[in-house]
Amino acid sequence: MRFRDHVVVGDILELAARYRDEGADELVFYDITASPDGRSVDRTWVRRVARLLDIPFCVAGGIRSVADAEAVLGEGAEKISVNSPALADPELISRLSERFGAQCVVVGIDSQTVGDDYQVYQYTGDPQRTRSTARRTLDWVREVQERGAGEIVLNCMASDGVRRGYDIAQLTAVREVCRVPLIASGGAGAVEHFTEVFQAARVDGALAASVFHSGALSIPALKRELRAQGIEIRT
Amino acid sequence: MSAARLAIIDSGGANIASLRYAIERLGIESDLTTDPARLAAATHVILPGVGAAADCMARLRSAGLVDTIRALEQPVLGVCVGMQLLFESSEEGDVTCLGLLPGKVRRLASDAQRPVPHMGWNQLEFDVRVPLLAGIEPGDYVYYVHSYAAPPGAATLATSSYGERFSAIVQHGNVYGVQFHPERSARVGAQLLRNFLELS
Repeated sequence: MRFRDHVVVGDILELAARYRDEGADELVFYDITASPDGRSVDRTWVRRVARLLDIPFCVAGGIRSVADAEAVLGEGAEKISVNSPALADPELISRLSERFGAQCVVVGIDSQTVGDDYQVYQYTGDPQRTRSTARRTLDWVREVQERGAGEIVLNCMASDGVRRGYDIAQLTAVREVCRVPLIASGGAGAVEHFTEVFQAARVDGALAASVFHSGALSIPALKRELRAQGIEIRT
Repeated sequence: MSAARLAIIDSGGANIASLRYAIERLGIESDLTTDPARLAAATHVILPGVGAAADCMARLRSAGLVDTIRALEQPVLGVCVGMQLLFESSEEGDVTCLGLLPGKVRRLASDAQRPVPHMGWNQLEFDVRVPLLAGIEPGDYVYYVHSYAAPPGAATLATSSYGERFSAIVQHGNVYGVQFHPERSARVGAQLLRNFLELS
């Protein structure tokens, strides 16, 4: 779930329960304003989500230290995801991985095409502060793996929220250098987008938000279609 | 099940909170403890575990719990690394474990298609009919996060496959173990925990 607007905790719990019941395999909670504002995630809701959910979930946003991560994991989250703080301090990935194991450490990467290459962006939670980091996406993907990332979520910014399909070319390029689970993010709008990203880009998972929040696509219908097309997915 | 008095061994892992919430969702209170008397008095005992097997065994030893656990006669369920500790030994840190189940826990082989740790939903395969598996079907999905596993052996009830086949669910006498995380395995995980708490 990627929240673009302020959402009160009650709504988070309601949405979480809805997606749990509909058969989501994992939920990601993004507090996308945490890093630009220089504050950490408000963790009171993490425990409430942990009590409610019987599927794995990941918390992203403003995790800048081992202590931040420890608090979130201790409340019952399976994974923490770091993005902007890892760009500011790449060593953070190593520290998190050494302390909690690679399986807990997801690195989120916001990336878009620049010329004939892909570049990493930072602080994408705030359009005013979003900026290019001058890092090449493929280099960053290699580096975060060497530092102990257990999973990479690649958010293709140009596709995000547009619902015209995942960025297959970019995801395929990243897949080539990514040995850990790769999750596609940005662009899902229809069943065929999911089919395409699994079959053409060979990603391990597909993340979507607005297409589910709006009700444009239901998870049970999506999973039925994917199974019909021979994609192995939890029933 | 309402008569179950469940003790969870406080082995210090990060998933204990999730496990307690899963039990809470079944309407059961649990006692998180390292007190041998309270463990002995429980009707059911769960041994959770996250992290390295050697660290977990060291914690059990320093809490003086090795003999206590070995002497338990009520149903005992090891979860994830907690299940691995039930075996004779683990390759992880080359550590001697509780020896309640025959066999040795080994590291999963990784390859380009299958990174280790293995994380994700995988299917259960089994052809036995036992109370622990009531309401669970072959092909049902459960959620895994692990780097080590027990090869299929005499105690294996169900397997899953990740490049190689490994023990998903094991049992020997009153001692049970699951390699996956029932607390994060949706309906199937809840059903397994409910089945365990109904064992007598």
